[in-house]
Amino acid sequence: MTTTHTLSVLVEDKPGVLARISGLFSRRGYNIQSLAVGPTEEEGISRMTICVTVDDFPLEQVTKQLNKLVHVIKIVELEPTTSVQRELVMMKIRADASVRSQVLEVTQMFRAKVVDVSPEAVTVEATGTEDKLNALRRMLEPYGIREVVQSGMVALSRGPRSIAAHHR
Amino acid sequence: MTQAKPSAPPGTPGPAANGAATRRPAPRAGAPSEQQDTVSQEPVRPDAPRPTHVDPEPATGARSLVRSLESVGCDVVFGIPGGAILPAYDPLFDSTLVRHILVRHEQGAGHAATGYAQATGRVGVCIATSGPGATNLVTPLADAMLDSVPVVAITGQVGRKLIGTDAFQEADICGITMPITKHNMLVTDPADIPRAIAEAFHIASTGRPGPVLVDLPKDVLQAQTTFSWPVETRLPGYRPTTRPHSKQIAAAARLVREARRPVLYVGGGVIKAEASTELLDLADETGAPVVTTLMARGAFPDGHRQNLGMPGMHGTVAAVAAMQKSDLLIALGARFDDRVTGDLSTFAPDAKIIHADVDPAEIGKNRPADVPIVGDAREVITELTGALRSGESDREERHERLRPWWEQLEGWRTTFPLGYDDPPDGTLSPEYVIERIGAIAGPDAIYAAGVGQHQMWAAQFIRYEKPRTWLNSGGAGTMGYGVPAAMGAKVGMPDTTVWCVDGDGCFQMTNQELATCAIEGIPIKVAVINNGNLGMVRQWQTLFYEERYSNTELGTHKHRVPDFVMLAQALGCEGLRCESKDDVDRVIEQAMAIDDRPVVIDFTVGADAQVWPMVAAGTGNDQIMAARDIRPLFDDPETGGADEVPA
Repeated sequence: MTTTHTLSVLVEDKPGVLARISGLFSRRGYNIQSLAVGPTEEEGISRMTICVTVDDFPLEQVTKQLNKLVHVIKIVELEPTTSVQRELVMMKIRADASVRSQVLEVTQMFRAKVVDVSPEAVTVEATGTEDKLNALRRMLEPYGIREVVQSGMVALSRGPRSIAAHHR
Repeated sequence: MTQAKPSAPPGTPGPAANGAATRRPAPRAGAPSEQQDTVSQEPVRPDAPRPTHVDPEPATGARSLVRSLESVGCDVVFGIPGGAILPAYDPLFDSTLVRHILVRHEQGAGHAATGYAQATGRVGVCIATSGPGATNLVTPLADAMLDSVPVVAITGQVGRKLIGTDAFQEADICGITMPITKHNMLVTDPADIPRAIAEAFHIASTGRPGPVLVDLPKDVLQAQTTFSWPVETRLPGYRPTTRPHSKQIAAAARLVREARRPVLYVGGGVIKAEASTELLDLADETGAPVVTTLMARGAFPDGHRQNLGMPGMHGTVAAVAAMQKSDLLIALGARFDDRVTGDLSTFAPDAKIIHADVDPAEIGKNRPADVPIVGDAREVITELTGALRSGESDREERHERLRPWWEQLEGWRTTFPLGYDDPPDGTLSPEYVIERIGAIAGPDAIYAAGVGQHQMWAAQFIRYEKPRTWLNSGGAGTMGYGVPAAMGAKVGMPDTTVWCVDGDGCFQMTNQELATCAIEGIPIKVAVINNGNLGMVRQWQTLFYEERYSNTELGTHKHRVPDFVMLAQALGCEGLRCESKDDVDRVIEQAMAIDDRPVVIDFTVGADAQVWPMVAAGTGNDQIMAARDIRPLFDDPETGGADEVPA
């Protein structure tokens, strides 16, 4: 059985660290669904959120191999039920004056935002879980989606604790 | 400028850490030396005290590099200069603490560093220029990675402004070596050089050892900076676990006490952890049989009654059978490699597994462990022995309980001993040659091998009594490893006899390093087991490809091309030849008597000898054949596997 896992990885912000991590996944035949990298509250430390589809057994092998990378400081697997997970999407919708108000209505229902508008199109920005963004996309598809860009997932565990607290 | 401080800098794997004195030969007086003919190079004095504390002083990046190597305890580097690394060679010329050995090919530098490290336990260092110089290190780095050898490679890189422009002799060596090094780094700030070197040596030599590459752009070497020592390493993500968890030790001890058919499955990690003495205690306490993998030959004395020999594809029947029938494998610094386990699904089906390794990623990778233990092999062994001693059952009780197991083991051992027949065509037996080299050179000598039939015979028919006396390319199977590795070992252990048991195929890949040996005064002895063929491939063609010998004949018999005796002489070595059994001892003794130059012996042996026993690739270990068509029957426990049936 394959499942999707969300790994939160604290890394040193060094050149090549992304290549090391992505290379490790590809070398061992694991498919990365999405990967997001950004700075953290601590200078010099970046945080990656990696969504990967694997069998249960080899995931342990992935995390162990990741842990061997000198620039990897800490790895935590985030469970969907105990973490907040978000993705960001921007969609350019074909919308002239005749349907623009309908598009805006859908946008509002999903608490999405219009970030650009032109006579023939509007660009909508939304954040949320994968399910919500898929639903939004299905609702907007009938109008014609000209372009989509979607970020990788980012995730944080719920509650007061930080994964970074004890890494040093 | 320098002052002595009592403590070594953090992360310094200096000679003291290994308990061995630093010894190293200078080019011999009798040997021709290009370097001594040129100006003003002071002789290297490796035993001279090394600075432990240096206040900040102005230096070029290159000088900072050399000073860092001196301070970290490096006494020898193997390398070849070239454009991008050239700045480093200028201060290296002046160093009286670091000897540079000019090799003939960068691959030789890499394997020499590996051989040096495997023989001494210290970090081996190789150095190359950018582009092709660096890519020539790829094979030895991959080799050192798979065999967990502490090696530091220093490469020149094109200037910072040229990186990424496809400049002359540019190669993204950090990108290229990412999957085959433990770590690598491109140094872009000259001020970082001492820290980079300290970190490289620290990472290479601690935890599970491995190769580390430091890439240095030319302008970083040329830039003005400051050098000081020691430096603080900054490795927040690198904290190898060496102390085993006491709960796991207790759980392991419980399994050992309950076991009726235990086997100590000893891997190369035991040698890396310098745990041979401790292993003797554990073997004595448990009374269990010991198998030593290809990487662990010498970790436990072959002369010891409990040693069943090597397991795996060409292991002894007793070692393979012991693992298959075991109820408890105690894996120490071993990694359940496919050449040991054969088909995993049928490997040691009844055995519980205690798996101790310093690398947590190895535990459960191929075979799930019942008791995983992350830790240094020496600490694990010491603590496990201690736990057994303090437990309820005593040593005699345990030994008594293993009596039926030993009866079974002795049955296999006496029925299927390692052996060979003299070739029916009257040619010289390669096994005999190798056995005699081992007998005459003895257990104090160091033996390096290439890869193939001769390697397996050298693992089988030489008796290893001490760790670090058997060097080979186990994981990568790198043909051509032997000569340069023997060279590196001899440099690290100049007072020890070093033999390279090589094949005629392997020898032709790296024999140019004999020129290095001749010039630099490194008198190794090379036994070319010349069967005229790529012997192991030919063996597979005999067994699995209907004797269709596609591209395995080298012509070293039929045409005598090359003539190894003349080749040896051309490379500044003594060249000897031996073609008959009667001459074997005499020629080996003749080689043993020569110590002022390298010796090459062309042992012209038969082409048809095969390596037995054998577990064919992809089959299970129960399918082991003691010899062709002779399969021990393990299915009937009553017979103890003593029957022979045609397969």
